[in-house]
Amino acid sequence: MMTGPTFHQLKKMDRNSALPPQFKLAVLGDCATQLLSTAIRGYASYIGLGMDVFDADYNQIDALVMDDHSELYDFSPDAVLLQMCTQKLYEGFCGTALQDRSSFAESVFNRIRGVWRRIGSRATILQCNFPLLDDGVFGQFGNKTADSFLFQQRKLNYLLMQGCQEAKNVYIIDLDSLQNQLGQGAFSDAKLYYIAKMPICVDALPVVAKRVLDVVQVLRGTIKKCVVLDLDNTLWGGTIGDDGLGGIQIGELGTGHAFSDFQTWLKELKNRGILLAVCSKNNESAAKEPFEKHPEMVLRLEDFSVFIANWEDKASNIRKIQQTLNIGMDSLVFLDDNPFERNLVRSMIPEVTVPELPEDAALYLPYLRQLGLFEAASYSAEDSLRTDQYRTQAERSAFEASFHSYEDYLAGLEMKAVAAPFDTFHYPRISQLTQRSNQFNLRTVRYTEAEVEALARDDSHICLYFTLQDRFGDHGLISVVVLDKLPQETLFISEWLMSCRVLKRGMEEFVVNKIMQIAVEQGFRKVIGEYLPTSKNAMVKDLYEKMGFTRRTENRFEADPAHFQYHKNYITEE
Amino acid sequence: MTEQAIFQKLSEIFSDVFDEDIVVTAQTTASDVEQWDSLTHITLISEVEDAFGFKFSMKDVLGMKNVGEMVDIIRKNT
Repeated sequence: MMTGPTFHQLKKMDRNSALPPQFKLAVLGDCATQLLSTAIRGYASYIGLGMDVFDADYNQIDALVMDDHSELYDFSPDAVLLQMCTQKLYEGFCGTALQDRSSFAESVFNRIRGVWRRIGSRATILQCNFPLLDDGVFGQFGNKTADSFLFQQRKLNYLLMQGCQEAKNVYIIDLDSLQNQLGQGAFSDAKLYYIAKMPICVDALPVVAKRVLDVVQVLRGTIKKCVVLDLDNTLWGGTIGDDGLGGIQIGELGTGHAFSDFQTWLKELKNRGILLAVCSKNNESAAKEPFEKHPEMVLRLEDFSVFIANWEDKASNIRKIQQTLNIGMDSLVFLDDNPFERNLVRSMIPEVTVPELPEDAALYLPYLRQLGLFEAASYSAEDSLRTDQYRTQAERSAFEASFHSYEDYLAGLEMKAVAAPFDTFHYPRISQLTQRSNQFNLRTVRYTEAEVEALARDDSHICLYFTLQDRFGDHGLISVVVLDKLPQETLFISEWLMSCRVLKRGMEEFVVNKIMQIAVEQGFRKVIGEYLPTSKNAMVKDLYEKMGFTRRTENRFEADPAHFQYHKNYITEE
Repeated sequence: MTEQAIFQKLSEIFSDVFDEDIVVTAQTTASDVEQWDSLTHITLISEVEDAFGFKFSMKDVLGMKNVGEMVDIIRKNT
C-alpha cells in the first residue's frame, strides 16, 4: 500500500524546490526530526506547496515553547508540529514510581497540554500521537491493569483526542493508526532509534509527511467536497443494462456484500457532509431503477446531489456536475472501476482526483480508507444537511422557470435572513466556512475555531454571521463578515465570504446594507473594503464597485455609510 | 552477485544520495565524501538496505570503517 514518492525523491524535490513559501511550519520533537522535516518540505513541494520549515534542535520543546523570545516565536510559524516519541515516553514510564504509574497518562497529558497552552493562539498545533509500543511486560493482561505501559499509553492517546476537543487549535497527527496500517516493522527500525534517535524509519517518513500535509492542506482550504461515482461494477457487481435488476450483485448475491459495504461507507461520508453524485454511461431510467426498487441497495436516490446517466463522455458530465454544484473542480473525487474512464478524466480534467481503484472490488474499501482523501479541519451539525441543501437547489430552478421576471421569482422565494454576532454554537460552522469558501471570498483569511472564538471576544472587531432560508428550505449559515474598527471612525472589512449556493439571490446586497446600517448606528464615517486576488476568487474582483463603493486603489474601495444608497432586495430580516 | 557488481551498484547509490558522481572503492570512507555526515549516513544505510533487500544490524552500522567492510556485510547477507 506504500505508493507515492520515496524519501530519496522527496529529498531531491526539497533541494530543487523554487516555490515561494506559502506556509510556515515549525517541527519540534523529543527525538531526531531532521529527516522528517526534510520529508515534509519535500512532500510539500511534491504537492505544489511552498513551505518554510523551522527544524528545531534535538529535544528543545520546552526551551523553545516557554521562552517568548525564542527562535520558534521569531519564526512566527503558521503551525507547530510536536513529535514526542513512544520510546521516550517509555523511559519516563519506567522512571515513574510504581504507585504513580496508574496516573502516568494524566501527568504526561497535563505536561503536553501545558505546551499547547503556552503556544496558545500563536500557531495551529499539530500534535503527533504515540504509535503503540507493547512492552510485553504484563502480556495481554496489560489490557486489564492500569499499572501497565500498554494501558497508560492507550489512555494517553485517548486523552489527546479528548483534550483537543477543547483546545480548538490542536489537531492530531495519527501516527498510531498509520503504524497500524503499515505494520510496526515497516514503520520503525529499532536500530535507528539507538543510533540516531529516530523513532520512524526512513521508508515511512514520506507517509508520515503526507499525513502532516493532509492536515496542512485542509487548514489552507483544500478540501474534498464531492465524490462522483460510476455505477456498474463500482456501486454494484455486474451491469444493470445486461444483468437486470435481479442480476446485479448487491447484498447477498455473489460479490454483493463488498459493494453493500462500499455503499455504506459512502453513505457515512454523505452523512458527514461529503456530496455524492452519479456519473454513469447508462439509460437514465435503467440507472435509477436499482436505487428505487432494489431492496438491498444501501444508497437511495435522495443520497445524491446530482444524478447524471447518459451516453456522453464522462469528462463533459463531470463538468456539468461541477457547474451544478458550483464547487471547485479540485474538490471532486471520481471513482470508476474502468481504467479507460479514469484516464480520460485524468487527462481531460487534471484537477479532479482520480484514485486508482483496485481491480478486486473487495479491495475498494481498504484502498480508499487509507488514502486520507477526506481529511477535515472542522465538523458541524449542519454538515449532514448539506446534500438536502444542494438537492433543493434543483426544485428552486424549476420554480424559477415558472416566473416571468427574475424579480418576481426572488419575491416568490419568501427569503428570510438572520444577521447576528458570532456565538459559541456557530464557531465550528464559521471556522469551516472560512476554510471551505474560495470563490466568493474577498480576502481569503482562514480561521480555526480557536481564532473565531478569539475574534468574537475581541472588542476591536464586529463579527457577523448570516443565515438564509426560503420556501424550499434552510441554507443555514452562509455568510461571514468581520469588521475591524480602525482609528478615525473607519471600519475595515477584513473578512467577507459567502457560500456560492446563495449567489444571485440578493444576499450580497443584504449583507452590504447591514454593514452600512451598523456603521451608521455605531458612528463610523467610512467603510473600507479590500479585494485580495487568489487563483479562485476572480468572481468578486469588482464586487465592491458593484455594491456602490468607490475604487481608491486597484484593490481598495471606500464607502460613506451616511450617504449610502441602500440596495433594494427581497430578503426579510428576522 | 559479484563483488564488482556490488561496487557498481553502490557507486550508483552513493552518487544518487550525495547528488554527485562518486566511484566507491573498498577504501572509501566518510571523510572522502564531503556531504557524508551522520544524517546522510542514515539515508545511505536505508537506500542500501532497500537496494540489496536486507537489514544491517546495529553493530554493522556502527562498526563499518569503509566501503570495503560494507561490501563484506552485503555479501554475507545476500
